[in-house]
Amino acid sequence: MTIRDVAGILEAEVCCGEDKLDREVTSAFGSDLMSDVLAFAKDQQVLLTGLVNAQAVRTAELMDMSCIVLVRNKKPDPEMLALARERGIALLSTNKTMFLSCGLLYAAGLKDRGLPENA
Amino acid sequence: MPEVRLSYDIDGDDFSSAGEASVAMKKALRQMGIEPETIRRCSVCMYEGEMNAVIHAGGGRAEVLVSPERIKITIEDDGPGIADVEAAMREGYSTAPPRVRELGFGAGMGLPNMKRCSDELDIETAAGRGTKITMIVRL
Ligand SMILES: Nc1ncnc2c1ncn2[C@@H]1O[C@H](COP(=O)(O)OP(=O)(O)OP(=O)(O)O)[C@@H](O)[C@H]1O
Ligand SMILES: [Mg+2]
Repeated sequence: MTIRDVAGILEAEVCCGEDKLDREVTSAFGSDLMSDVLAFAKDQQVLLTGLVNAQAVRTAELMDMSCIVLVRNKKPDPEMLALARERGIALLSTNKTMFLSCGLLYAAGLKDRGLPENA
Repeated sequence: MPEVRLSYDIDGDDFSSAGEASVAMKKALRQMGIEPETIRRCSVCMYEGEMNAVIHAGGGRAEVLVSPERIKITIEDDGPGIADVEAAMREGYSTAPPRVRELGFGAGMGLPNMKRCSDELDIETAAGRGTKITMIVRL
């Protein structure tokens, strides 16, 4: 599916990255703890999180994730928004919970990649 | 390829810019044509070390040496030191206060991540004097 499909399924607001909506995504990772993302993510393109700060953007950038979904109706602060825009990451905001957001995307075909072998 | 040296200041006063040294390193490695999986491992090592320097030690310095055989990342600070290194290496061990957890850190996964993503990890630390973490990622 594309980032546009993700936004549609989650009825999410596109905060930035309108020009990135046609990018393909195949898998996702959800966590509020950035070290968990660094430990367990591998080749996912979508990060679901409730963390609103610059570190969420940097974590996504370092892990080559092209889309961040803020769950629980969190909105990016101006700093996070500016950084996401600068780094070319699509930033979405949904009023759904983490559980429901992950469930809906999984049901729609987005994959879980399990844990890396060395985790 | 001759050895390339990259140096970064890690600002301890500005949490919102924490991680920028890692982003800069990643860009530099990409420009050198380093393989993506190696870049990913180096990025995790550097980012965890950089965040630790900011969160636990009030900032520090990082140096990255790239040679044909390996990438050597050194992160040094003048903070309080790691009191119990053995405990600090355990997954889930963290002394980070709740304030840091609200920022998305303090899972106690940083040092274990650094160990997992490097081929060699060395910690030199002294109470009240600081910490020096050296990581080697072989190419
Ligand atoms: N540079 C440092 N100076 C002083 N203490 C440190 C330093 N780095 C790590 N520590 C100590 O070691 C503990 C474990 O570090 P580690 O990076 O594994 O976890 P964390 O930083 O607490 O959480 P996370 O990395 O998951 O965000 C820290 O909580 C802290 O007590
Ligand atoms: Mg840490």
